[in-house]
Amino acid sequence: MLSVIYALSFYAATLMLVVGVGLKVWKYARTPAPLKIPTTPAPTTTAGVVMRMFREVVFFESLFKSNKWIWLFGWMFHMSLWLVLVRHLRYFIDPVWFWVAFAQPYGTYAGFTMVLGLLGLWARRILVERVRYITNPSDHLILALLVLIGASGLLMRFVYRVDIVSVKLYMLDLLRLRIGELPSDPILQVHLWSALALMVIFPISKLLHVPGVFFSPTRNQVDNPREKRHLAPWAAQLEK
Amino acid sequence: MADGNNDIEQQIRDALDVPCLKPGAMEGLKPFVAAPEHQEKLGFPGELVPDWKEKALAKMKDLAEKNRAFQVYLDACVKCGACTDKCHYFLGTGDPKNMPVARQDLLRSVYRRYFTFAGKYFPWLVGARDLTEEVLEEWYSYYHQCSECRRCSVFCPYGIDTAEITMAAREILDHIGVGQKYSNEIIGKVKSVGNNLGLNPKALRATLEDLEEDIEDDTGISVRIPLDEKGADILLVTPSADFFAEPHIDGLIGYAKVFHETGASWTLSSYASEAANFGLFIGSYENMREIALRIRKAAEDLGVKRIIFGECGHAWRVAYSFLNTLAGPFDFLDQNYPIPQHILEYTWDAIQKGQLKLDKSRNDHLTLTYHDSCNVARASRMGDMPGGQFEIPRNVIKAVCNNFYEMDRDTIRESTLCCGGGGGLLTDDLMDLRIKGASPRMKALQQVTEDHGVTHMAAICAICKTQFSKVMPKYGYDMDSIVSVHQLVSNAIILTGQETEEDEQNEEEAA
Repeated sequence: MLSVIYALSFYAATLMLVVGVGLKVWKYARTPAPLKIPTTPAPTTTAGVVMRMFREVVFFESLFKSNKWIWLFGWMFHMSLWLVLVRHLRYFIDPVWFWVAFAQPYGTYAGFTMVLGLLGLWARRILVERVRYITNPSDHLILALLVLIGASGLLMRFVYRVDIVSVKLYMLDLLRLRIGELPSDPILQVHLWSALALMVIFPISKLLHVPGVFFSPTRNQVDNPREKRHLAPWAAQLEK
Repeated sequence: MADGNNDIEQQIRDALDVPCLKPGAMEGLKPFVAAPEHQEKLGFPGELVPDWKEKALAKMKDLAEKNRAFQVYLDACVKCGACTDKCHYFLGTGDPKNMPVARQDLLRSVYRRYFTFAGKYFPWLVGARDLTEEVLEEWYSYYHQCSECRRCSVFCPYGIDTAEITMAAREILDHIGVGQKYSNEIIGKVKSVGNNLGLNPKALRATLEDLEEDIEDDTGISVRIPLDEKGADILLVTPSADFFAEPHIDGLIGYAKVFHETGASWTLSSYASEAANFGLFIGSYENMREIALRIRKAAEDLGVKRIIFGECGHAWRVAYSFLNTLAGPFDFLDQNYPIPQHILEYTWDAIQKGQLKLDKSRNDHLTLTYHDSCNVARASRMGDMPGGQFEIPRNVIKAVCNNFYEMDRDTIRESTLCCGGGGGLLTDDLMDLRIKGASPRMKALQQVTEDHGVTHMAAICAICKTQFSKVMPKYGYDMDSIVSVHQLVSNAIILTGQETEEDEQNEEEAA
């Protein structure tokens, strides 16, 4: 019974994530930027902009300039999350790709740095007056959700082992639109359901910063207004 | 050293010291509201419309569809706090609503309530709120405590630019009939007279003739400041403050001397006698475009080949970043030169070519530092390389002065602090805010005064110059401690045929 409910929820959440984010990206992509507003000094070529964006999303360059503590915790969390996600691919593929296998030990321990980073960010929300002032309940909830996912994952890996082979079989079945048997360990259930919750809120929350950063005109525009005329379609209408 | 002295030193050194939160410190501060006549000239309703709520929300929706930055920035903020200590108005006032993210949230909270799933169904969870009259009052107050300087956007991991949100908020307010008097009255003047001051062509011509006389009295050389001369090569567009305010006017004399020495054929235009474009400040594309088109028309009517802009920060942003968009394409101008060009690009070029005879020692009575103006630093460029907007002014200053020192590196270049009067806030009814907003910059200046004996600060923005000449006395400096970069050029330049004191001495010795 639980296996079926989870399976249906898994499909629904995946659909909401993909369609929700897809619609937002579509909207961002279609909305024009009427003026050239890169924060300067800015690259003067497209290749330069790609590099700027790369540094922004891989190293968090602007955040590093701003505040070393937020950078430290934020970067630690995000990079650990990537490793953890890569490691988790093994539960959805068979045979396991070599680079996923390679990431396995790193991804395992990245679970700790991920939770540590989250706790650091959370501590700032509570301890730093300015950050406390701008914090909404949803900010705490998202942190709680991520910590829950991370902590339950670590517990399963290092303390209360679950029948991971059965879990993997269940997931492989899901991808082939078959519903198998999901182990009912409480920690596993917490882990899997909170992951679904994260997928569902992704397109309707601040998690939209993930696609958003790529569409930020201050970061993705080329600094060449004198050389190349930039004109939004609605602005072109004014010239008629 | 005694503890007391230590405290003072500490106070001076930390220009970027973060204050404790003082909620409500600047609450209720409001610049004068525009009168119906000022509003209507700009195509806005004269006073608050009865269905303001619907109109405001409709405008918000419209902006989200027309401006990607507005849409993305309202969605993407994660409340990380990176920007919270970056605004000079926050540093100067401690009011938490002057933290960039909190300022954005004043509008974001309403956007969420009406346009997002979470805000519609779980407003308390995501800090969404209804649009009420109190919210409107708050918008008017705090969106006029932002100078749109973009310092926060440098430090945001997503590049969220509070200036974009402030402009959008002002645009919404204008569309429901609540405009700001200072900006909107000035835009009206540009549209009817051609400049912010409402200086008519006759008065302008008289002023320029007086200036020509001053230069001749001073140097013995006749240097022209032409107005409306058809067939000139270069149209100079400069902020109208350059025609009468100190130290701006000394900058204008500097441009004239540079043009004179390079043998340029140039002219000012009475029709486009204003580089400033306050349409930017109120976030109105249409008004900004209308003002920009005056420059195009002047260039066409006078038949010039090039357009050069004088020292003005936001004007250079509009010129460099937007002019081509708003009033282009400029295929009727000489394509061998940048369109438009900054006067400092022109002067630096002339210095490199050796066209100017400069005597640096003529600025030896000054020990200088340089204030990067926000719009030049973070919203434009000079020259071919990114960062030219930092190097070229410094190169020129170092070519004409011997004594130059930089302020704290966290307060210059892309991290520069706003003067406190930008973005349409340069009005007496906001004087308290202006003084407080200038304090981080003033502290950085006090530090180099203490360390290196800096006496004067150079700037290339009309608003910075006016603002500093007003607020510097509050921080222990004379009002003329702020100087134009071209004023320094003007001091150092030796015009062809001009007799210098040395020449006179030599003649005396010979005789």
